[in-house]
Amino acid sequence: MKGPSERQDGAAWLLVSPALILIGVFFVLPVIAGFLLSLTDFDIYAIGDPRVMRVVGLGNYTQIVTDADFWIAFKNTMIYVVLGCPLSVGASLGAALLVNAQRLRAKGLFRVVFFAPVVTTLVAVAIVWRYLYHPKFGLLNWSLAHLGLPTVDWLGDPHWAMPAIILLAVWKNFGYNMLIFVAGLQSVPQELYEAAELDGAGAWQRFRYITLPGLKPAMVFVTVMTVLGNFQLFGEPYVMTQGGPLRSTVSLVMLMYEQGFRWWRMGRAAAIAFVLFALMLGATLLQIRAQRERSS
Amino acid sequence: MKRVAGGVLLHAVIIAGALLTLTPLVWMVSASLMRSGESTTLPPPFFPHHVTFGHYVELFTRLDLGRSVMNSTLIAVVTTLASVLINSMAGYAFAKLRFRGRDRVFGLLMIALVIPSQVGMLPLFLELKLMHLVNTLPGAMIPYLSSVFGIFMVRQYALSIPDDLLDAARLDGASEFRIFWDVVLPVIKPILVTQGIFNLLTSWNDFLWPLIVLSDARKFTLPLALANLMGEHVQDIELMMAGAVLTVLPVLIAFLALQRLYIRGVMMGSTKG
Repeated sequence: MKGPSERQDGAAWLLVSPALILIGVFFVLPVIAGFLLSLTDFDIYAIGDPRVMRVVGLGNYTQIVTDADFWIAFKNTMIYVVLGCPLSVGASLGAALLVNAQRLRAKGLFRVVFFAPVVTTLVAVAIVWRYLYHPKFGLLNWSLAHLGLPTVDWLGDPHWAMPAIILLAVWKNFGYNMLIFVAGLQSVPQELYEAAELDGAGAWQRFRYITLPGLKPAMVFVTVMTVLGNFQLFGEPYVMTQGGPLRSTVSLVMLMYEQGFRWWRMGRAAAIAFVLFALMLGATLLQIRAQRERSS
Repeated sequence: MKRVAGGVLLHAVIIAGALLTLTPLVWMVSASLMRSGESTTLPPPFFPHHVTFGHYVELFTRLDLGRSVMNSTLIAVVTTLASVLINSMAGYAFAKLRFRGRDRVFGLLMIALVIPSQVGMLPLFLELKLMHLVNTLPGAMIPYLSSVFGIFMVRQYALSIPDDLLDAARLDGASEFRIFWDVVLPVIKPILVTQGIFNLLTSWNDFLWPLIVLSDARKFTLPLALANLMGEHVQDIELMMAGAVLTVLPVLIAFLALQRLYIRGVMMGSTKG
C-alpha cells in the first residue's frame, strides 16, 4: 500500500500527458514554427516543394512596415480598439448598474436578455446587422428617417463602415463584461453605502467614492480582456464589408488571412501574426503599468 | 414620491434597453418567416403578413444545410466531451498531485496563456496538411480539444479539494485513477459544466479556424455554410435570415436551458471572452 505522503509521479504524468501532448503538438510547436516561418519567403511554390523556400531573415518585417496596406490595417485595428473598447466597457458598466439596482424587479430576466447576444453566432448576427444597416430598407435608417434625423449609408460609406462594425460589436459583447461588473458590484460591502448615506453622501458621491474604487479589479480584468479581444477583429468585416469600402475595415487578422490563405504568402502572413502578438503584448503591459502608477 | 418616480424611470430605461437588445434577434426570426421579397418593401415591415416556413424547407432540401447541422453538432459534442475530460485530468493533477517538474511545466503553460491563437494558425495548417487532416472534421476539431485556460481554471477550482479526502481514499487502497473518477470528478462538477457550455459555444460559433481548414462544402460547419450561402443569395434576405435562425437557435436554446449555471460560471471568472 502506498503511503499518503508519497509522490504520485506515474499517475500524475499519465493524467497531464494528453493535454500536454495536444497543446505541445498543436499549439506550442506551431507557434515556434510560426516564428521561423516569418523569417522565410514560404509561398505557394513552397507548399508544393519546401526546398524552394529561402531564409530571408527580417525581410518580411521590413517589407511589412513599408507596405501601405499594412498601415491601413493597423490604423483600422487601432480605431476599432481605441473607439470600441471605451464604448463597450461603458455600455457594460451602465447595464451592470441598471441590472444590479436594488429596486429592480426580475433581475435574472434582464441579465439573461442582455447576455443573449454574447452566445449568438457572430457570422449569423453579422448578416442580420448587414440587413439592418441597409441604406433603403434597413430598420435603422428607417427609424432615423422616422425621427427626422439624417440617414447614413452605413456599410457603403468609408467613414461610417467602421463605426457600424463597432456598434454591432458593442451590442454583441457588452453582456459578457456586464456580468463581470455585476460580480464586482456584489463584492462591494453594503455597509459602506449605508454608512455613506447616513453621512449625507449623494448618489453621485456614493458612485464616485465607493462603487468605482470597489470595481477596480473588475475594471482591470474587463479592459485588458476587451483590448485583447478587439485586436483580433476578423469575422465582422469579413461578413459585412469584406474589408471595404476602400479598405476602410480591413483589420490586421484579416490582412494575415488574406496574405496567408488567399495569396499563400505564408512567410509574410506569419510575420503579420507576430507583429499583432507584439502589439497585444505591448498594449497589455501598458495597461498594467498605467494601473500600477494610478494606485501608487 | 421621488423614490417611486425613480423606480418607474429605472424600469422604463431598462425595459427600453432590453427591447433594443432583442430587436435584431426578433427581426431575424420575423424576417425568416416572410415571403421572398417582403422585407424589401416600404415601409419595411417588422412582422410578416403571411407566415411561411418555405425558406427553412429550402435550406434543408435544395441547399442541404442539414449536413452542416450534423458537422457542427459532431464537432461541438466531441470536442466538448474530450476537452472537459482532458482539461480536468490535467487541472486536477497540477492542483493536487505531487510530481517531478510540476511547477516548471505549469509555469510554461501560463506563458502559453498570453499567446493569441492566430499566431500558430499558419504552421498548424501546414502541420495538419502533412498529417492529411486538412479538410477533415478531426482537423476542424483539433484547436478545441484542450485549452491552457481550461486547465488553469480546473486547477484553481481543484485547489480547494481537501487533501484528507484524497488521502482517505488512498488508505482504502483506491488507485489514483479511481480517486480521480469517483472522488474528484463529482467534487469539481460545477467547473466542468461551465467549461462544457463554454466549449460548446466556442466550437459551434467559431469562424476563422473552420474557414482556414475546411474547403469542401460538404464538410462546412454552419457559420461557414452561412457565409458561403451569402455569396450566392445576398439578395434573398428572408432565406438568409432563416439560415441565421438555424445557426443561432441551437446555442441560444442551450444557453437558456443552462443559463443559471453558465451565468454563475462567468461571474466566477471561469471563462475567457
